[in-house]
Amino acid sequence: MYSKDQNHKRRLSYDRYVKYLFIASACLMALIIFSIIFFVGKQGLMTFSQVSPFEFFFTSKWNPMGHQFGALSFIVGSLLVTILAVLIGAPLGLLGALFMAKIAPNWLREIMRPATELYVAIPSIVYGYIGLTLLVPFLREVFHVKSGFGVLAAAIVLAVMILPTIISISEDAICSVPSMMEEASLALGATRWQTMFHVLVPAALPGILTAIILAMARAIGETMAVQMLIGNTPMVAATLFSPTSTLTSNIVVEMGNTPFGSVWGNSLFLMALVLLVISLGMILLIRRLGSRRYA
Amino acid sequence: MISFKKSKLLTMAAALLIGAVMTAGCGGGDKAASTSGADKDNAVLTGQISASGSTALLPLLKPAQEEFQKKHEKVTVNIAGGGSFTGMNQVAEGAVQIGNSDVDLPADYKDKGLVDHKVVVEPFVFITNKDVKVDNLSSQQVIDIMTGKITNWKEVGGADQEITLIHRAKSSGSRATIAEVVLKGAEFTDKAVIQDSNGALRTAIATTPGAIGYVDAPYADDTVKVLNYNGVKYSVQAIIDGKYPIYGYGHMYTKGEATGAVKAFIDYVMSDEFQNAQVEKLGFIAINKLKK
Amino acid sequence: MNAKLTNSVATAVMWLVGFMILGILIFFLGYILYRGLPVLSFDFMFGKPSDIQAGGGVGPQLFNSFYLLFLSLAISIPLAIGAGIYLAEYARETRLTKIVRLSTESLATVPSIVLGLFGMIIFVNFLGFGFSIISGALTLVLLNLPVLVRVTEESIRTVPKAYGEASLALGATKLQTIWKVILPSALPGIITGITLTAGRALGETAILIFTAGTTVSRYQADTNFFAAGETLAVHMWYLMSTGLVPDRVTIADGIGALLIITILCFNILFMIPLKILQKRMGVVKHL
Repeated sequence: MYSKDQNHKRRLSYDRYVKYLFIASACLMALIIFSIIFFVGKQGLMTFSQVSPFEFFFTSKWNPMGHQFGALSFIVGSLLVTILAVLIGAPLGLLGALFMAKIAPNWLREIMRPATELYVAIPSIVYGYIGLTLLVPFLREVFHVKSGFGVLAAAIVLAVMILPTIISISEDAICSVPSMMEEASLALGATRWQTMFHVLVPAALPGILTAIILAMARAIGETMAVQMLIGNTPMVAATLFSPTSTLTSNIVVEMGNTPFGSVWGNSLFLMALVLLVISLGMILLIRRLGSRRYA
Repeated sequence: MISFKKSKLLTMAAALLIGAVMTAGCGGGDKAASTSGADKDNAVLTGQISASGSTALLPLLKPAQEEFQKKHEKVTVNIAGGGSFTGMNQVAEGAVQIGNSDVDLPADYKDKGLVDHKVVVEPFVFITNKDVKVDNLSSQQVIDIMTGKITNWKEVGGADQEITLIHRAKSSGSRATIAEVVLKGAEFTDKAVIQDSNGALRTAIATTPGAIGYVDAPYADDTVKVLNYNGVKYSVQAIIDGKYPIYGYGHMYTKGEATGAVKAFIDYVMSDEFQNAQVEKLGFIAINKLKK
Repeated sequence: MNAKLTNSVATAVMWLVGFMILGILIFFLGYILYRGLPVLSFDFMFGKPSDIQAGGGVGPQLFNSFYLLFLSLAISIPLAIGAGIYLAEYARETRLTKIVRLSTESLATVPSIVLGLFGMIIFVNFLGFGFSIISGALTLVLLNLPVLVRVTEESIRTVPKAYGEASLALGATKLQTIWKVILPSALPGIITGITLTAGRALGETAILIFTAGTTVSRYQADTNFFAAGETLAVHMWYLMSTGLVPDRVTIADGIGALLIITILCFNILFMIPLKILQKRMGVVKHL
């Protein structure tokens, strides 16, 4: 009896230590992001010693050699591409997730689950390359535009790239809605679609929003594919087909060939900071929207 | 440019190499370039040379690495891309021993004690989509296209077709060379599509009707059309004869004079053996062919 | 419109979307495999690469891809599970959990290029690891963590509370409960998360160009942490953007197919033991 008690005590002390380990890993997440923000922020904010915030945020003349650092076109480009990609990708992904979770016969579901994961397997440069060689010429032919590079081409490819994130996470969320709720709705005479639309989706909303957040994160942070398709011109997009730039595409294109610590280099870090702030803003916004339905 | 006698070079390289390995083995090491402790340890273990920088120089340096490692069993060469300035930054900080770059040392780096080794001549050509009917552009026509003054091929004797300018980013070494040699101070128009690398640029031009751009000559394959410049067709000979003026240099920078394995590697890249066999085969021009 | 009709239309649309999703995938995969499959041979997959003449293989790159992935997962999975368990099981909503959760989400939004630069400055320059496998793996950890944490937390939350309560009521400690009851039930979700991140990590280029470098070790299968760590995807990027070797297009096509097949195997390798495990544990994923 005594030894058993001892044993239990030992286990309980394990419990405590392991709990600290868990807390430590959790805190590590915060540590990582804070060091990134600190590092990017410190480097980025130095830009303002030579460039006025007004010029950086509200003008779009990007000519670092002539000391003009207007980043408006990059910011607009990033937002535009991300929003458009989510507008195309999220409904598709959500419908796909509903289909997989509730409508598809078992054999089809067994195929589709691993299939959606295969989307992730395609490297982003391959997406970019297929976009460059097939999608851009296709858009040019269909819409009779000059080059086909631009927001739409990038957004379509991004929409495909974020599909797996949206589908797999929303599907999990939909599946974890207690089946009682669904049965109750069906028993009350609601159709399948009404049940989905009024019961399942609202109940799974936190998960679905998570899916969309992660998808947006991927979209706004994607670089390699976007920079092949967006055109990388530092001008605010006039149409869906005029070449423009995003924050990421400009960072990846210019960073390697820019002196570290120069105003130019710092301004690229500032763009990275802007990217972080935009994403943080999006997260907070969506959380506010989501938390209303948590209860 | 310094020139070497081959036999002398080889003995010197071998001697330095043995020296490097031995001193490294004793835990010492005369590697001026490696400042951090971990780097030195690497040198002890493997006789490691690390280089980073220009991606455009990778296709040249990777074969050099391959051949060099065959010759020197104890030396390992690591080469990374990242861009010309990444290379110059890292060599200045001592993170790598060699910084590869397509551009001359900018003013910010003049006081960092970097030593320049010009290792290759990089010629540039203007390429267009294959549907373009124009074969030749004068230097003024090129300037007018690049600055956005001419926007239709019919203005330079071609069909009535819009010109799509596809070229490199503001930070690109290729763009800097074109700006200096061809544009002579005029500014590129912003109304252009920008691609990040020679390969992507070539693909974009090959798939966009009416497109024009420039690449390092080795990248101009049969998917695109190469234009004559001022009536001169691009060839290695035309550059050597001074008839075709568009080229830049590939540089390898070291912090202080190169020593040991690092020197051996740079010397190998500049050796006749490598320059004559590999450099020309790739489509670049051997550095010793063009003495200024 | 009446409810029945709406229902039929919606159902039809969902079938359409379902097939569209499969269709796009089949198109992409078909295109890649059609071009790449003929390239795959033993010599190609395990041979030494060459930048001088055609006919080089991708052996070291294939090894590096797996080695980097393995190292990064070996570091990130325990961390992510720890953090995920803490968020889902221990913590009430405190300021700390809010910060951690916000950090996780914002880390997920850091563009890979920024992670790459961060990794380069911290691991390559500051810690002096150079362009190496370990620099690449550590930077990949930053990419993997947020998704893994998020997915772990989600999957633990979907485990019915009753499971844990039953275990605790039987006298198990919290740790035993987590280890023996909650984690196994959450495993399907966690494994989905791992395969998702593994796929993304295998195809990642922007991060690795700046940290793992673009050359490979002279030795086949070099497990040295400080060896050069070019992966398949980076090699593909290199070939498509600046490569000059005569058979670059062929090699790039081959790598595309090889990556796809690798991920396929990955999914299968992960899923089969999972199914067996679930059966043995008697835990059924609730559909």
